[in-house]
Amino acid sequence: MERVLFYALSGISVLAALWMITRRSPLSSALSLVVTFLGLAALYAMLDAQLLFVVQIWVYAGAVMVLVLFVIMLLNLREEESRMAAASWGRFALCGILALGLAWKAFGVLAGVRGIAPPVSSEFGGVASVAEILFTRYLVQFQLVGLLLLAVVVGVVVLAKRAR
Amino acid sequence: MVGLHEYLVVSGLLFLIGAVGVLTRTNGLILFMSLELMLNAVNLTFVALARYTGSLDGHVFVFLVTAVAAAEAAVGLAIFVSLFRLHRSVNVDQMNAMGE
Repeated sequence: MERVLFYALSGISVLAALWMITRRSPLSSALSLVVTFLGLAALYAMLDAQLLFVVQIWVYAGAVMVLVLFVIMLLNLREEESRMAAASWGRFALCGILALGLAWKAFGVLAGVRGIAPPVSSEFGGVASVAEILFTRYLVQFQLVGLLLLAVVVGVVVLAKRAR
Repeated sequence: MVGLHEYLVVSGLLFLIGAVGVLTRTNGLILFMSLELMLNAVNLTFVALARYTGSLDGHVFVFLVTAVAAAEAAVGLAIFVSLFRLHRSVNVDQMNAMGE
C-alpha cells in the first residue's frame, strides 16, 4: 500500500516536472510546478515530516507560486518564446543527452544506497521537536535567515522604487 | 517501507529535470522555476536522509532552505519585473549587455 502510494506520488511529481520544463507558456509551467510541489509535500508526509509538509504547501505551493503566477500575469507573458523554438530544440536534445549520461553515473550510485529506517516516536518531525532543535543548536542560523529576510525586504523595495 | 534509494532516485530525477530546464529554456521565469525545482529535489534528499538516520537536523536545513528560497523568489521576481520594464521581454538570451 505504502509502496503504491510512493510510486504514484513520485510519478506524478516527476511527470509534472517534465511537463513544466517542456511547456511553452509560462502559465502552464507554473501550474504543473504547483503539482510537483504538492506531490513532494505528500512525500514529506510519508517521511514523517509533518511540519515540513505544511511548510511546503504554505510557502512553496502557496506563497512562492502565487508570486510567480502574479508576475506572469502582470507581465502578460503568453507566447514569449515561440519564435525561439527552432533554436532551442537542438539545445534541448544536447542537454538531454548530457543529462542521460549524468543520470547513468549518478543513479548507479544512488540505487546502491541501502538504509533501514529506525523506529521513531510519533513526535518526530512535529512542530515541537523541530522547534526545539531549531532554537537551540541552529539558533544562529535561524537569526541569520531573519537578517536575510530583512535585507530582502529592503532590497525589493529599492528595486521596485528605482524602476519607476 | 519504501527504501532510501528510491527516495534518492526520485530526488535525483527531479534535480536532473531542473538542471535540464535551466540549461535549455530561455524564458527567465521558467528558468527560475527550474531552479526552485532543483532546490526542492535537494530538500527531498534532506528529508529522506533525516528519516533514515532518525535525526531532525535535516528538517532544520529544509526549513532554512525554504526561507532562503522564498527570499530568492521575492528578489528574483522583482528583478524580472525591472528587466521587463527595460527590455519588454524576460528572454535571457537577449540580455547580453552589461550596464546598459
